Amino acid sequence: MPLIPLPWLREHVDVPAGTTAEQLAADLVRVGLEEETIHTSGVTGPLVVGRVLLVRPEEQKNGKTINWCLVDVGAEHAPEAAPEGADEPATCLTYHPRGIVCGAHNFAAGDSVVVALSGAVLPGDFAIASRKTYGHISDGMICSAKELGLGEDHDGIIVLDDPPAPGADALTLLGLAEEVLEINVTPDRGYCFSMRGVAREYAHSTGASFTDPGLVAPAGSASRLPAATGDGFAIELADDAPIHDVPGCDRFVARIVRGIDPAAPTPDWMATRLRQAGMRPISLTVDVTNYVMLDLGQPLHAYDLATLAAPIVVRRAQAGEKLTTLDDATRTLDAGDLLITDSPEGNGSRVLGLAGVMGGAETEVSAATTDVLIEAAHFDPITVARTARRHKLPSEAAKRFERGVDPMLPAVAAQRVVDLLVELAGGTADTAVTDVNRTTAPEPIALDASLPGRTAGVEYTPEAVAETLRSLGAEVVTEDSEQIGEHTGEAEASGRRARRAPRLQVTPPSWRSDLRVPADLTEEVIRLQGYDQVPSVLPSAPAGRGLTLRQRSRRRAADLLADVGLVQVLTYPFVAPGRRDELGLPAEDSRRRSVRLANPLSEAQPLLRTSVLETLVDAAVRNIGRGLTDLAIYEIGSVTHPAAGVDGHSPRSPLPALGERPSDADLDAVRGAVPDQPLHLAAVLAGNRVPGSVHTDARVADHADAIDLVHRVAELLRVPLTVTADAERAPWHPGRCARFSLADGTVVGWAGELAPKATQALDLPARTVAMEVDLGLLLEAAPTQPTQFRAISTFPAAKEDIALVVSDDVAAADLLATVREGAGELAEEVRLFDSYRGESLGEGRVSLAFSLRLRAADRTLTAEDSAKVRDAVVALAGQRHGAELRS
Amino acid sequence: MSTPEVPSPLDPDGVGAALEAALADIAAASDLDELKAARISHTGDKSPLALANREIGSLAPADKATAGKLVGQSRGRLNKAIAARQVELEAERDAQVLRTEAVDVTVPPQRIARGARHPLDVVMDEVADFFVGMGWEIAEGPELEHEWFNFDALNFGPDHPARQMQDTFFVAPSDGSTLDGVLDPGSADHLVLRTHTSPVQARTLLERDLPVYIACPGKVFRTDELDATHTPVFHQVEGLAVDKGLTMANLTGVLDHFARAMFGPEAKTRLRPSFFPFTEPSAEMDLWFPAKKGGPGWIEWGGCGMVNPNVLRACGVDPEVYSGFAFGMGIERTLMLRHGIEDMHDIIEGDIRFSREGAR
Repeated sequence: MPLIPLPWLREHVDVPAGTTAEQLAADLVRVGLEEETIHTSGVTGPLVVGRVLLVRPEEQKNGKTINWCLVDVGAEHAPEAAPEGADEPATCLTYHPRGIVCGAHNFAAGDSVVVALSGAVLPGDFAIASRKTYGHISDGMICSAKELGLGEDHDGIIVLDDPPAPGADALTLLGLAEEVLEINVTPDRGYCFSMRGVAREYAHSTGASFTDPGLVAPAGSASRLPAATGDGFAIELADDAPIHDVPGCDRFVARIVRGIDPAAPTPDWMATRLRQAGMRPISLTVDVTNYVMLDLGQPLHAYDLATLAAPIVVRRAQAGEKLTTLDDATRTLDAGDLLITDSPEGNGSRVLGLAGVMGGAETEVSAATTDVLIEAAHFDPITVARTARRHKLPSEAAKRFERGVDPMLPAVAAQRVVDLLVELAGGTADTAVTDVNRTTAPEPIALDASLPGRTAGVEYTPEAVAETLRSLGAEVVTEDSEQIGEHTGEAEASGRRARRAPRLQVTPPSWRSDLRVPADLTEEVIRLQGYDQVPSVLPSAPAGRGLTLRQRSRRRAADLLADVGLVQVLTYPFVAPGRRDELGLPAEDSRRRSVRLANPLSEAQPLLRTSVLETLVDAAVRNIGRGLTDLAIYEIGSVTHPAAGVDGHSPRSPLPALGERPSDADLDAVRGAVPDQPLHLAAVLAGNRVPGSVHTDARVADHADAIDLVHRVAELLRVPLTVTADAERAPWHPGRCARFSLADGTVVGWAGELAPKATQALDLPARTVAMEVDLGLLLEAAPTQPTQFRAISTFPAAKEDIALVVSDDVAAADLLATVREGAGELAEEVRLFDSYRGESLGEGRVSLAFSLRLRAADRTLTAEDSAKVRDAVVALAGQRHGAELRS
Repeated sequence: MSTPEVPSPLDPDGVGAALEAALADIAAASDLDELKAARISHTGDKSPLALANREIGSLAPADKATAGKLVGQSRGRLNKAIAARQVELEAERDAQVLRTEAVDVTVPPQRIARGARHPLDVVMDEVADFFVGMGWEIAEGPELEHEWFNFDALNFGPDHPARQMQDTFFVAPSDGSTLDGVLDPGSADHLVLRTHTSPVQARTLLERDLPVYIACPGKVFRTDELDATHTPVFHQVEGLAVDKGLTMANLTGVLDHFARAMFGPEAKTRLRPSFFPFTEPSAEMDLWFPAKKGGPGWIEWGGCGMVNPNVLRACGVDPEVYSGFAFGMGIERTLMLRHGIEDMHDIIEGDIRFSREGAR
């Protein structure tokens, strides 16, 4: 994002002296330009200009030659005593030079260099001190660009072109004293990718005086730019495949400068500013185009004129065409890419670059280039954005074009480049000017002047609204101003004096392509008037209905599990395919069908979970690995089942357009394409369910703990569940797994002990237990009607214990249900309290003992009543299960 | 115990001595058993006073009254003393029983393991309760979402940068093809893991009658690697109000109220201009609260704005009649700010110590 060196910004706007980067950040954030960071050079302390008086090469024992130098660093920084050997050159100094050892050889006596004196600190916390080396006291350091963090050039020390007097502060000279603010620019503010745009925003924020350097005609004067001449370099705009009917290029200015000196250096001030703005100086021509881009926001390209064959044609690529870009990558082009081409072998036969993204290597300016053609064009943001994305080339040019560049800028920016090349490189500008201009002027937007105020909840006068929009650069015409102050019939009827807000016709400035509808203008008015002007007024919503039953029930289920000693965790829903093997899921198990991410964070985990357990076990393993071995955790979260489309493919769905309500059919298709994502609840328990303590023996968590959790949740939700044994549900133990079903047979979940193979594969302790239920199904099955209470009988209770001997393949739950049924209405509570096997019962027989509490609503029960219940129970159990009363 | 000598019922000294001896034995009884023995020896049939009493019958009638009074009074005093001592000794015995039954009640019982809700889920409940308290309702939506709801309905154009693969998890085409080199990665099945809770705005506006005041806490996804401050799976709360005449001042009012509810009565908010496709004007929201780690100050809390008319249109709401505001903030961020949590890993790793600490 853009870096904003303050001295540069000051060229366009009046920033008070002494303003810090921090203050600048505070001023800009008020208008929406957020601070990204504040860069410092990393160089502190005395860094001065020095004039080299003597360079004496001295060969060392290691074969290396060093230079013993005497450097004039000015009177202020002169040493108290003369360095040894200082007597050699006869100087007219009234003070001593410094003696410095330097390994570089690219300078000579008489050159001006940059000297870090004792006490200076260079990037990387490199502290400079006087030290003895190669037989001399080296009293400072002559610096290279790299040592100052100014570039990669380590071989040569910096030789200043146009040096101030020895002793002058080089920190300021090289821009190293500056802190540089880097800002974040939101996608709607493309124009803030320039000093021009940021200067305007600074003026909005502070009221400072701003001069727009990007105007074709400065206020009140005629255009200062040459018009197109017709004999300029031929340019053809030939986009035969515009995206959304917007031509890829609607403006192309070409200017030619001949006879530039290829060796002309980039002036220090420009190099410094480029570096501060985050760009590396390359060569004068390239630096000038970059400088003007950073300054005005117009991306520019310089071609070596000698390599071009007219005409330049802007066209779409043919699929499969190739281009070697400036970064030396050869790219295969897509039919959607917009190209700059020239015509050595027919119109548009050679690809020069990706329009607005990156140039090609072939026509790039080189060290031999003397004649250049400057391209300043305007490209369609979407075309550029797609090409930049497609080729992963987020270049400086692309960043600007995809956010929108002022279509009026090309001629201004090209002229600026021409002026700089003439001035700095000794070139001569051709009088022939090419400017193919198919841009259209922005359309005026009709704005009800009261809209910004009604949106903000602040009263802005129509005059303030108009004035604010004008300060943006918009033209504002008040359409029916004569109505201001008139009383409308409605207002009179209500007895209030009212002003009907006038309609404004607002033509946005050329650099604000983001302003298209009244809401855009409204935002600008509120933003520039200041968000801090908006008061705080709490609205009153109509009476609400509170949480839904489902929301309350879900929360109570979460609380219940915590209350019974489980800890809630949240896990990522990403799963590796191998997890299903670890769980031991059969090949045809529906839980193996899952949604796959196209771009997972980890290629190892591209799938979305189909059960919560498959990710919850990771949390279990992690906790146990951390020594938390008595573990009871649960998670409530969604799982994803792929949509059951044709052949297992998702149903095709439309992608309706922006800004209009889709048809009901499209909406149904959109909703229908979203896979089912049921809400599940899972728990894993390992180690002790009850911790051992002074008063309590430890108890290991077992299958019954997992099963009990399902019962507890179902009872909370008032959903009756049927339990059956399930010998075939992975990852559970085939002999210790309970399946839970609703009254209609819908299976809602499983609980029990995990299979030994699963615990082993998952790295869980043996005999870990777990449960998982479809909480969504339970919530749906929960009765929505209030419970109807029975009257509480206060007649005495009668107790009856019945032990029944059955074959051990009879499920206890079935026998319990039979006992309940047999006992009939009088049974207030039936509890299975004991299970016994023994030789006396015979092989394969088990005794199950039930405790019944009987009570009648209207009388005290007699012994005869109890006996009747007992007989009925025994009879029904005998008939159903072959049960016998235990003798 | 002295050998009982039966006194004459007419001998005040003899009767007095017997009484004194009895009282001394009663007083000397140190437990209920000794008291019982003393009672038997001094009030039983063979006791001196009982025997003296029996002798009254054989006295001359003139002496009977005197003797009766003397012996009767002595026996009365003795019985009273026994009863009093009985009460004393019973109380002592009861106290002793309780003393021996004492246990160390400071031993932690630990009858069941201690569970806990996850702090994120708890904060989401707290947030939901706050909005319900203002009369708002809680809305929900799917985590795997259709692109239209996640982007288009919210005025994100097809070329918006957020639709690139570096922010959004896209679902691979179900026909098995890859998305390599595909410019629009959602083009296959149009399914994404929602990048924000904002699609619930569109779902709500399409499904509910106006006016709408809803909040939606929920899980969202971005392709950020896990580090101290980022997680690819996180939570947001979305707020949306659409009604006639709602203004940005109302947005500010709700945000201030919410900030005070979550961060204390001194908390406040401020807005900075920003850009989101689904709001205009848009703002970043900063929060100020006194207990901020590192001292009171401003820190970014969320994004907000007035609902973009295009969003209202996409949901069949007339922006000429209705206006609205929306906002969203991260639950993890809220939790970290309020509770001084420095590392995201602690929140997301599922370490039970974290949830348990939150429950304390």
